[in-house]
Amino acid sequence: MAISYTSISQTKLSTGEVYGDTLCELAKDNPRIVALTADLGKSTKMGNFAEQYPDRFYQFGIAEQNMYGTAAGMAKSGLIPFTSSFAIFASCRALDQVHTDICYQKANVKLIASHAGTSFGQAGTTHHSTEDIAIMRSLANLVVIVPADGMETANVVRAAVEYDGPVYIRINRGFDQVVYGTYDYGYQIGKAVEIYEGTDATVIACGSCVFQALQAARELEADGVSVRVLNMHTIKPIDREAILKAVHDTRRIITVEDHTVIGGLGGAVAEVIAESGMSCAFKRLGLQDTFSPIGFHEDLMSIHCIDTNGIVTAVRELLNMDFEDDEDWEDEV
Amino acid sequence: MSLTKEERLELEAKVNEHRHTIIRTTMWAGSGHVGGALSMIDAATLLYYHYMNIDPKRPDWEDRDRFVLSKGHAGIGYVAILSDLGFIPYDSLKTFNLTGSRLGIHLDSSKVPGVDFSTGSLGHGLSLALGAALAAQQLNKTYRTFCMLGDGECQEGSVWEAAMAISKFNPPGLVTMVDWNKAQIDGLTEDVMPLEPFADKWRAFGFHTEEVDGHDFSAMAEAIDAALERTDVPTCIILDTVKGQGVKVCAGNYRWHYGAFDEEMAKQAHNDLDAYYQQRVASIK
Ligand SMILES: Cc1ncc(C[n+]2csc(CCOP(=O)(O)OP(=O)(O)O)c2C)c(N)n1
Repeated sequence: MAISYTSISQTKLSTGEVYGDTLCELAKDNPRIVALTADLGKSTKMGNFAEQYPDRFYQFGIAEQNMYGTAAGMAKSGLIPFTSSFAIFASCRALDQVHTDICYQKANVKLIASHAGTSFGQAGTTHHSTEDIAIMRSLANLVVIVPADGMETANVVRAAVEYDGPVYIRINRGFDQVVYGTYDYGYQIGKAVEIYEGTDATVIACGSCVFQALQAARELEADGVSVRVLNMHTIKPIDREAILKAVHDTRRIITVEDHTVIGGLGGAVAEVIAESGMSCAFKRLGLQDTFSPIGFHEDLMSIHCIDTNGIVTAVRELLNMDFEDDEDWEDEV
Repeated sequence: MSLTKEERLELEAKVNEHRHTIIRTTMWAGSGHVGGALSMIDAATLLYYHYMNIDPKRPDWEDRDRFVLSKGHAGIGYVAILSDLGFIPYDSLKTFNLTGSRLGIHLDSSKVPGVDFSTGSLGHGLSLALGAALAAQQLNKTYRTFCMLGDGECQEGSVWEAAMAISKFNPPGLVTMVDWNKAQIDGLTEDVMPLEPFADKWRAFGFHTEEVDGHDFSAMAEAIDAALERTDVPTCIILDTVKGQGVKVCAGNYRWHYGAFDEEMAKQAHNDLDAYYQQRVASIK
């Protein structure tokens, strides 16, 4: 289906604004869409929606648990509620409501979780969301998506409306660097996108790390190292096929995420590889079981080695690493 | 005991410095939670300079009075006090918000001496304060615990869970204060999620509740004195304040929850604060 968004340009809009405007467009044809926030309407860019659809916009005040519980009630009664809050509050503050009211009951609630990872770096640990992928991934019935940029966010929001069931959409504060020049790259929930071809190693990334991985692949290519980059936007259900193909083709896998290495993208990929019986060299980049210091997002990405330099270094390390090469490799796929 | 004229003048001078420091720090940091810092700074100054038993050389001293800034985003105001008292160097304010600094928007108690609890996720502070007060009782200590909440923050259910428990346990020396500036991020509190009848809610939860002018040291001191003396029920002091108080563009404007100044605006803000200070001092008889 051809995708057309009349007014949305990610070069001019932050990712949050792209989300807000996409929702406005989708709401035109879908009266079941309603929007909820908990005193973060301004921060999560719900302003246009609130203006265009004042009767379908619900302001809950600073009361996340009530917002998510109410959203579940709405969804069970036929609405498609889009809830907007910070990722830390969606995943930690209101976890019982998300678990029991939304996921357990398969309520068709869409959770827009903004200011994710270390993207609100200066606000410190109370606002960093570096465990949410792990938490959300463990909840049955929940689809977990981490878009790479504004365009992808627009695609994800549309796909989330079409999908019947709860979806967690993790976006950053402010502008994301542009990965996609077009909406038309065949976005599908659960289908990783190979955005750079390579044969020596594969970097599997999500969110803001996808752009960094792309840069790293380009830099390494100049040095004669061929790196595949997979945009693993959907953390659950994870694209096993793409992961195992990467293991088979490149035998070296690096995951990179703005999140703890425990249980997130790295954990999900590790599970797939371990259960496959295939062997490969493997490394997870992310926060190493620590809370982050404060700072600007790009500085923190560098501190946590999830920026271009960190990825380049990790790829080089993996290339130099000896690992048992399985003689029957080809047979195992 | 009400404040003497000298005490009031000293507090006025002190809080005026703090207001200027908030603007300066906002400039160094690039932006800041100006509104909520300027509304609570009078009460916090009164607590730190008139009531609290603290020792900046021993920030972990067991018998110190405790302060919980439950509305943790006002950290940019709190650091003005902590640096002036010598808990942290004044120069460190120049690193506020910057990569690698100990000072982020919401202060981290493991990194900033003088900060008893890390806050920033709203609705946690009152439970933390209750815990501190219960510990004092259990350990036969006489330190007091002061908790500063935002009014918008009181939309969190957890605040009322804490309120119920405070009423039940009623530990001595715990004073609950709310910075009732009537604004939050998305608008005025009454539009976003009405709290009224706010004082009656606290009363219904078993608190002796007083509404006082949160920019008037004498009025606040009377209420705090009474709260510390009262043992039958806990006290909640609702501080009637103006968000952004002292800086004209910010005062009473909810949009100034968080923002940045350019040089010109900062200059104007400092001028506004000087005039505001003069006006306050002139009113002291
Ligand atoms: C649990 C939680 N939800 C949302 C936020 C985001 N947030 C930070 S400040 C704020 C508004 C606070 O309003 P209020 O308590 O009235 O503080 P004040 O106006 O005094 O600054 C919000 C919603 C947060 N810090 N914590």
